[in-house]
Amino acid sequence: MTIPPPDHKRYFIEKLGLSERLMERCLGEALSAGGEYADLYFESVTSTSLGIDESLVKSASQGISVGCGVRVVSGERTGYAYTDDLSSERLLRAARTAALIASGPAKELMSGFRHTETPSLYPVAGATSDAEIAAKLALIQRADKAARAYDSRITQVRAGFNDELRRILVAASDGTFASDTQPLARLNVFVIARDAANTARGTSGGGGRVTMDFFEGDKSPEHHAREAARTAILQLGAVEAPAGEMPVVLGPGWPGVLLHEAVGHGLEADFNRKKTSAFAGLIGQQVASPKVTVVDNGLMPGRRGSLNVDDEGTPTQETVLIENGILKGFLSDKLNARLMGMPNTGSGRRESYHHIPMPRMTNTYMLNGDDMPEDIIKSVKRGLYAVNFGGGSVDITNGKFVFSASEAYLIEDGIVTRPVKGATLIGNGPEALKYVSMVGNDLALDEGIGTCGKAGQSVPVGVGMPTVKLDRMTVGGTGQ
Amino acid sequence: MSSSASVVSSDLKQLASDVLSKALKAGATDAEAVVYEGDEFSALVHLGQVETLKESGSRAVGLRVFLNSENAQRTASTSSSDFSSESIARLVEGAITLAKITSEDPFAGLPEAHEFGQLDGDLHLYFDDVNDMPPAERIEIARRTEAAAMAYDTRIQNSRGGDFDTATSHKIMMNSRGFVGEYRRSYCGFSVSPIAQDEKGGMQRNYWFSNARTTKKLEDPEEIGREAARRTLRRLGARQVKTQKAPVVFSAEMAQSIIGNIFDAANGDAIYRNASFFSGMLGERVAGENITVVDDGTLVFDNIGGFGTRPFDGEGLPTRRTVLVEHGILKNYVMNTYTARKLNMHSTGNASRGLAGNPGIGAGNFYLEAGTLTPEQIIGDIKDGLYVTETMGHGINLVTGDYSQGASGMWIENGELAYPVEEITIAGNLKDMYRNIAAIGNDLVFRGASAAPTIRVEGMTIAGS
Repeated sequence: MTIPPPDHKRYFIEKLGLSERLMERCLGEALSAGGEYADLYFESVTSTSLGIDESLVKSASQGISVGCGVRVVSGERTGYAYTDDLSSERLLRAARTAALIASGPAKELMSGFRHTETPSLYPVAGATSDAEIAAKLALIQRADKAARAYDSRITQVRAGFNDELRRILVAASDGTFASDTQPLARLNVFVIARDAANTARGTSGGGGRVTMDFFEGDKSPEHHAREAARTAILQLGAVEAPAGEMPVVLGPGWPGVLLHEAVGHGLEADFNRKKTSAFAGLIGQQVASPKVTVVDNGLMPGRRGSLNVDDEGTPTQETVLIENGILKGFLSDKLNARLMGMPNTGSGRRESYHHIPMPRMTNTYMLNGDDMPEDIIKSVKRGLYAVNFGGGSVDITNGKFVFSASEAYLIEDGIVTRPVKGATLIGNGPEALKYVSMVGNDLALDEGIGTCGKAGQSVPVGVGMPTVKLDRMTVGGTGQ
Repeated sequence: MSSSASVVSSDLKQLASDVLSKALKAGATDAEAVVYEGDEFSALVHLGQVETLKESGSRAVGLRVFLNSENAQRTASTSSSDFSSESIARLVEGAITLAKITSEDPFAGLPEAHEFGQLDGDLHLYFDDVNDMPPAERIEIARRTEAAAMAYDTRIQNSRGGDFDTATSHKIMMNSRGFVGEYRRSYCGFSVSPIAQDEKGGMQRNYWFSNARTTKKLEDPEEIGREAARRTLRRLGARQVKTQKAPVVFSAEMAQSIIGNIFDAANGDAIYRNASFFSGMLGERVAGENITVVDDGTLVFDNIGGFGTRPFDGEGLPTRRTVLVEHGILKNYVMNTYTARKLNMHSTGNASRGLAGNPGIGAGNFYLEAGTLTPEQIIGDIKDGLYVTETMGHGINLVTGDYSQGASGMWIENGELAYPVEEITIAGNLKDMYRNIAAIGNDLVFRGASAAPTIRVEGMTIAGS
């Protein structure tokens, strides 16, 4: 398939009938009562969702949402309004509403936009939203078949394929003029296994900012079907998870959600500017073992958390958060970078045009260390080996975070033994990573399933980690 | 700020009706359209200064179509925020095209004509005063709430802000089997999240709030601010406790979440898949004799509709009162039309409908019936135990009932709240926990669509140091 060079702007100008002149007028209106910055965020999202259940295609839906959010910033104050009607009358009215946050003389608008060339981290034309529905359907049918074939104890299979094509255009009073087209696809499999004594569930899924080809490689529907079925069958025989403080070994990949919760959120600039984060004032200090280096990287091709530009039109970047255990930096957007006198890391994200942008993570992961994964396991006399997790969450202010293991095993005398039931692990963000004593050389990113929630806004993210040993963590089981 | 102009009701109804007739003309054997319109306002005040102000309106249309063949149906859905005729044509065409690729399912389809209906009379769900209050007054309430919290104690020098939100919505639903319904709802609320700091620099936050359908029922901002301050201060200096088994008292807010899992476990969708620990338990004991749990979509309190009250469900069936658990016996599952047909039962009027997708299952006003003890009496009976005021995490497995969550709260010593605790987990299995609710409080208060009084649960494992 040939992919023509992306011209994201054309969609907004030609298809939605917008003009740079109208955008300048709206920005002028937005700053008519003062304020030092205004931006327009145009967004158009087309999404498709298909679901197979009991081997029947029971659900199919499509949605279209188009709108514009207008923001005016005056000092630390933000005014915001949005409209789902892109007529000039409605756009100007939204601009006037947002303008009411400021009270002063109109600000002179700089003339002319600075057109940002965006990188191309993901395919655009030929992205999954343009692909045939039949091909998407085939993916979930294959997943259904493979999960059922895995083991006769698999009694229920559901699989879903969700994708969207999101087009954005940001025009701002600082001259920013950037646009992007962002594909996002995800395949999920959910199964129930039953035997005479027990019932258990298993899930697996993956995707990213990818085309349909992605699902023909090693991340095929069959791969996820087998993974979901394998974990469900495994859980049928799981014993009680232990309770209390013990060494914990985290496997590579998705367990990196630890970093997202333990440090990532606490390093978002808004919480630190307002000093509501447990990490406030700790820049330059030791917050983790010297073996720990953590980055947030929006530039990884095809990854779920990657973006050519953030939702303020700033190119994303790789930002070092923790280097050899020392806290290096925060994740910032335009507002917080300006107020804190720090560089903008291109981390301004929002769920949709209904929402005000704020600093968010992209793909957050720990860099490789020198240890062999098998040596890490061998070093533990009695502990937990957790290889997969459900979600996590964090209290930014006191630093306490949790994440819930969905596949974990006991380690007894350096050997991985019995599978245990799901258990929540709890720790303290600025302390937990100080107990990292070994870091593996097997860094992996997650499969592409993460969605992060903050202040009611959800955005897709990625996480990753090599095998890591924490000398102590509290494990919330019920066993001995 | 000016409120965005609303499209008048008759126009929205006309749109729903147009979408329906276009869908039927395009080949749908049945169809259902929803049109939604809403307004939102929010103000956030941080350290006395307005930090964000947001005001906007939005609207959207959703369509579900069915293609009938023999005794089975194919179905698909579409939605759009664009009301142009070109977009509506795409909405209809897209739904029909998608439906053709779905499977025939004998259980799919709209409810039967005789099942449709809605509650009579005014449910008091909408109050104009929510939009009438001037924005400056709303901001002032947020500011006063935050100021009261910060004035309460010198250890409170920061805050995550005070806010004031309002929202109104208007929903119209129509289908090809003759159902036409609409309702408006209003909401207003404010809260504050203070931050307290101890002498060692350790920070804690908490929050408290008031919300209502009408501004007349909002509580006093100063009282809410002071309550938020008290709830924040009592967390200062929290520590871990040792791993042990001990009685756990769940505050009313936390009990609501544990009891909420009863709704999820009785959800017809999980039941027919055998994906719930309540599967096959109808008529069986699932909780202690003292437990009665009700879902009621019809509640009106003192001439104001409950947060979970609505005249009809997401498929156009009248909402109703359903007893899920009566004196510990599982009496009913909660179902929409599809899951009821799968289980050879009748819908309980719990269909929930988003803009697109098949209907899900949602609660109305959902609660655990109150007991007779005060929360102080429940705590007073315990020599050593945990009072949980917050849980964190995703460690609830509705297939097995396994429960493992992060927790914080207060340690109980000799019947008194002795000191704050954090960085611990509580674990057990919901099947056992519901049978081991040893005490139920008299403090049932609806601050949202679901509510429960304080409860005491025996036999859970607390993991700490």
